[in-house]
Amino acid sequence: MGRPAKPREISLSTTPTPDALAELQLGDIAYLDGLIYTAREGVYMRAIEQKAEIPLELPKQSATNFHCSPAASINEDGTFNMGAVTATASFRFAKWLSEWMDKSGAKIIIGKGGMTSELYKSIFVPHCAVYLSTVGYGTGALLGRGIKRVVDIHWEKEVGLAQAMWVIEAERMGPFIVASDLEGNCLFERENEKIAHGLDKIYEGTKPAVLKRFGETDDRKDEVIG
Amino acid sequence: MISIDLIEKTAGVLMDKAAVEIPQDYLDGLKAAANTEEGDLASFVLQAMLENYEVAKEDGRAMCGDTGTPRWYVKMSNTAQVEGGPIALEAALRRATANRTVGLPLRPNRVHPLWRTDHDNNVGIGAPEIEYGFEPTPEGEWIDLTTVHKGGLFGTDYRMLFPSDGIEGIKRFYLDSLVAFGKRGLACQPAIIGIGLGGCKDTCMVLGKRAACLRTVGSRNADPKIAELEDEMKELGNSIGMGAMGFVGKHMVIDCNIEVGYCHTGGMQMSVHAFCLSSRRAVARIWADGQIEYRTDPDWFTDYQRRETVEWDAPPSHAKSA
Ligand code: SF4
Repeated sequence: MGRPAKPREISLSTTPTPDALAELQLGDIAYLDGLIYTAREGVYMRAIEQKAEIPLELPKQSATNFHCSPAASINEDGTFNMGAVTATASFRFAKWLSEWMDKSGAKIIIGKGGMTSELYKSIFVPHCAVYLSTVGYGTGALLGRGIKRVVDIHWEKEVGLAQAMWVIEAERMGPFIVASDLEGNCLFERENEKIAHGLDKIYEGTKPAVLKRFGETDDRKDEVIG
Repeated sequence: MISIDLIEKTAGVLMDKAAVEIPQDYLDGLKAAANTEEGDLASFVLQAMLENYEVAKEDGRAMCGDTGTPRWYVKMSNTAQVEGGPIALEAALRRATANRTVGLPLRPNRVHPLWRTDHDNNVGIGAPEIEYGFEPTPEGEWIDLTTVHKGGLFGTDYRMLFPSDGIEGIKRFYLDSLVAFGKRGLACQPAIIGIGLGGCKDTCMVLGKRAACLRTVGSRNADPKIAELEDEMKELGNSIGMGAMGFVGKHMVIDCNIEVGYCHTGGMQMSVHAFCLSSRRAVARIWADGQIEYRTDPDWFTDYQRRETVEWDAPPSHAKSA
């Protein structure tokens, strides 16, 4: 391998043009400017299943949805105290995303761990959206620094502080890694495939456990250990 | 008598320290990994993490937005007495957890498993966990408070193995665990990997978790053969070809710590735990005279904690034939 190459850095608006999105390649490092809102299961359920009216003008104000609960508190005078921000794993939100994109016009989804290429192709590509992954994933302090100010919070009473819709103004917030492109390719799957080649060799000299577990066999008549 | 006010105040400081300052042993380990990482993306991630620790310290903000699940390990000398007794001690640790969650701020992570009730302060039924140990030395009246904020969702597994599975079986489950934890980096490697061997199912989990969270990078088990196995497992984990975030790379394991406990003669329980890129732990020893010493090594696994048997008058029939 040798000395590692530096990945390409890109600045991106949170209301990106189609051209700016088309420009993104897997593994690019992006920094964001503009308004970002957090939304995860609490917001999705309220907006989609309970059909509550979204308290923001989307996607005009922001086309960037962060899967995140920030480390934040509300001061007595109503101002906000925001420390670190770290994404939460996105795979759990797949079932709401298509409808959410219809409703919100989101073009950038930020989260932890990405989604499958199948989901990118079936949901993201038709909506011309991409997925950015946070880095580490523990870069909460760095991302916290990229927040110029907390603009607002919505639905904290209805869904709690962690699930609420926080609206933040980002200023060169990052780094984020481009984990899907407009064709629906998946960075993590690409890496998994590269790693899979060497796995057989690593497993040499090990042996499977004497007793299996369910999952290793799906035949419920088999005898397994718990 | 150890002052309860001092305990609560110190516990608050520890909450902040754990959340904001990465322990030096882990930082040194990660720097060494960053220097030799060759994968383009994995290397970028490690550099970003190193920068993140700096920023956290400079700004006094939590290094990771995810608080994990803060917990307490309390160790006491044989003569330690806490003002107000153990009930006051537990209340002080719970209060410090709540106060610093709001004060720093930390993300309130703890909710009821069914009703999702959230007190927005990381305190609830059984939360934070408080675990205890006792120690014969040094003499005098002291209490050690250790807080650990381990990432809470991914990076833990358990398996009942049997003696016939042997070291090959242990290696297989270790690799299976790491490959599973590592894809997409959901457990935030490179990590301190803790392995628990033996005990019962619950104690096996406890041993492995403590091996990950209460031993430092570079420490080795007092049993030289286990120490050798630790080296071998570290190496093995780093040969998978996976780095930070599951990108191609050569660092998954900053260190591997193994702890053992005597188990049922028919079994060989095994647990694997990953203490993540935010390996948050902070320790203080409080003495009865009010002295406080802060450190990052919990120094939990002493000879006393690993004691093998008991001093007793074995009946003559019990003597083992040579
Ligand atoms: S596993 Fe650790 S570094 Fe990763 S998000 Fe959780 S607390 Fe943060």
